[in-house]
Amino acid sequence: MSADPQIELVAADGRSVAEARPAVPLDVRGLTVSYGEKPAVFSVDASFPAGSMTAIVGPNGAGKSTFLKGVLGIVPRLAGEVRFFGRPFSQARADVAYVPQRASVDWDFPARVIDVVVMGLYREIGLFRFAGRRQRNRAMQCLERVGMQDFADRQIGQLSGGQQQRVFLARALAQDAELYLLDEPFAGVDAATEHAIVSVLKQLKAEGKTVVCVHHDLSTVAAYFDRVVLINMRKQAEGPIATAFTPETLQATYGGRLAESQIDELRLSSA
Amino acid sequence: MTTLELFFHALTLQAGFNSALVAVGAGLLGIAAGGAGAFVFLRKRALVSDAITHATLPGVAIAFIVMVLVGGDGRWLPGLIVGSALSAALGLLLVEWMTARTRLGEDAAIGAVLSVFFGLGIVLLTVIQTMSQGRQAGLDGFLLGSTAGMLVGEAVLIAVGGGLAVALVVLLRRPMTMVAFDPEHAATLGIDVRRTDLAMMGLALIVTVIGLKIVGLILIVALLIIPPVTARFWTDRVDRLILISAGAGGLAGYTGAAFSAAARDVPTGPVIVLFAFALFALSLALSPLRGVLASALRHRRFQHRVHLRQGLLALARGEAIYDRLTLRILRRRGLIRRDGVATHEGSGAAGRARLDETRWATARRLRADDPVLERYDGLTPIDEVLTADQVAHLDSLLPKPEST
Repeated sequence: MSADPQIELVAADGRSVAEARPAVPLDVRGLTVSYGEKPAVFSVDASFPAGSMTAIVGPNGAGKSTFLKGVLGIVPRLAGEVRFFGRPFSQARADVAYVPQRASVDWDFPARVIDVVVMGLYREIGLFRFAGRRQRNRAMQCLERVGMQDFADRQIGQLSGGQQQRVFLARALAQDAELYLLDEPFAGVDAATEHAIVSVLKQLKAEGKTVVCVHHDLSTVAAYFDRVVLINMRKQAEGPIATAFTPETLQATYGGRLAESQIDELRLSSA
Repeated sequence: MTTLELFFHALTLQAGFNSALVAVGAGLLGIAAGGAGAFVFLRKRALVSDAITHATLPGVAIAFIVMVLVGGDGRWLPGLIVGSALSAALGLLLVEWMTARTRLGEDAAIGAVLSVFFGLGIVLLTVIQTMSQGRQAGLDGFLLGSTAGMLVGEAVLIAVGGGLAVALVVLLRRPMTMVAFDPEHAATLGIDVRRTDLAMMGLALIVTVIGLKIVGLILIVALLIIPPVTARFWTDRVDRLILISAGAGGLAGYTGAAFSAAARDVPTGPVIVLFAFALFALSLALSPLRGVLASALRHRRFQHRVHLRQGLLALARGEAIYDRLTLRILRRRGLIRRDGVATHEGSGAAGRARLDETRWATARRLRADDPVLERYDGLTPIDEVLTADQVAHLDSLLPKPEST
């Protein structure tokens, strides 16, 4: 890990070292995001290696979603530096797909399922052209990956919560990115949806893509993910499940909010 | 001629040059307003557009005063339009600034800007009344719209502005749609949400200033909002919503202006708004998609299906049925006799309902994760969801029916 991303190390041939090495998909240094004068995320460093599947875990209101939004510049950063594949976000948009929380939009919006997925192709279609048959086919393939192909012409307001979540994932798949950032994709979904989403995310990982999920269900962290970042305003732990997702780090993150018995259960399930 | 005959003449552009000019101008204005309004509606910005329309008034008055002071004609429409656009833009920026930089909510910012600008405008209009040139100014026509003595140049101005608004709608429909649906996701794709919003409010601003003459600044917001709300009853797709909204706006503008030409002393703006409302009311009642009548019918039909299914399952289990509606539906279909005992057809249908229920339960137990089986709603027969082969396979797995 290079010490400071702002100091560019220059190799003998004049190319920067960062260029010579494949850059980390997502590298966050000293990220602070504040609502008013109350920081929600304070000086968080985190690094997400290529091909990893990371859960961002922490108690309610600990700044997990804010961390993601700060990383993407959706909420303004007070301090900190974020690099995507060694580049600032403005130069890496094509490689990054974001899946917001399902509840963040009004599902009574006049759109069909296929229309929402085609929105993921925005950068490809461009400003002026219409979406053609090729784009429609691409969108249908993404719907098939999440098992929603039969719903393509449905109005989005008629979907169940789990189906809406899968449509959001399909829209991200349409972006054909290298890094996927998901905000609570498993919140309030049915078991079938949870299985469908996990299997899609694991496929992505198998294809060498990088996945980051804000996640709230401690009991499934070890089964779904290989890395974890524990956040409670500050970063409490980061690394592979075996070393970073331990009773000690959880206790540090949740304070007294997690009963000993819950932690014991987790130890058993991840063992 | 009666008013109705006059109205008909105006509709067919035979009621004189001025009426025809106004009707065509109002139609174009309505199309532009409906198209632009579609995005204002989708982005839920109706109240902001209300603030900017009211914020035009001081601009109109100041432009008049300035033009008189430099020795020109205070009523020159292009000058008034520039003045109104400037003060409306100032009002919009003030709302934005107050929302972003102070702890005031958007509603409070809108209320403050709307009332202060409008109040200032009224004061300035009163001042103009006392000026020597002000007596015949007729600036109060801009409040509710007046079309008496509209000039060809003014109609051309409206047509050009309307064309510009329509071109912007076509050009920006995709980013505006994406920002309206999911601004955070749109931002990650590189769409500048703030600028897109400003462009959308700019559209509303264009419509407002070209609508000053015909509809007036108090009611122009209705022409931005009622057409898209009307269109929403007829479609679930954004592209169609924009087209229908523009059509409804154009129709309301054209017919409203024609009617106002026929009924001399009625101000144009309110008549156009009432025609727009008539289209809305018709859609509310009659739309097969989201209309009140269709919803009531759909609900009734659904209720009957539920009662029928519940009744059949109760028959199959040999349970007593107490619900009056259930009994009536079963009896009317000849499934039970007057005394409540199942007829021959009734027993058959009950058996089929029970078999269907068992098939569903088995399928859902065996393949809990199959998305196809999510279509279970307690009503749809399983053979509408699975193929005949799949059903036959399912039947071979069913628990043996208890012999009765």
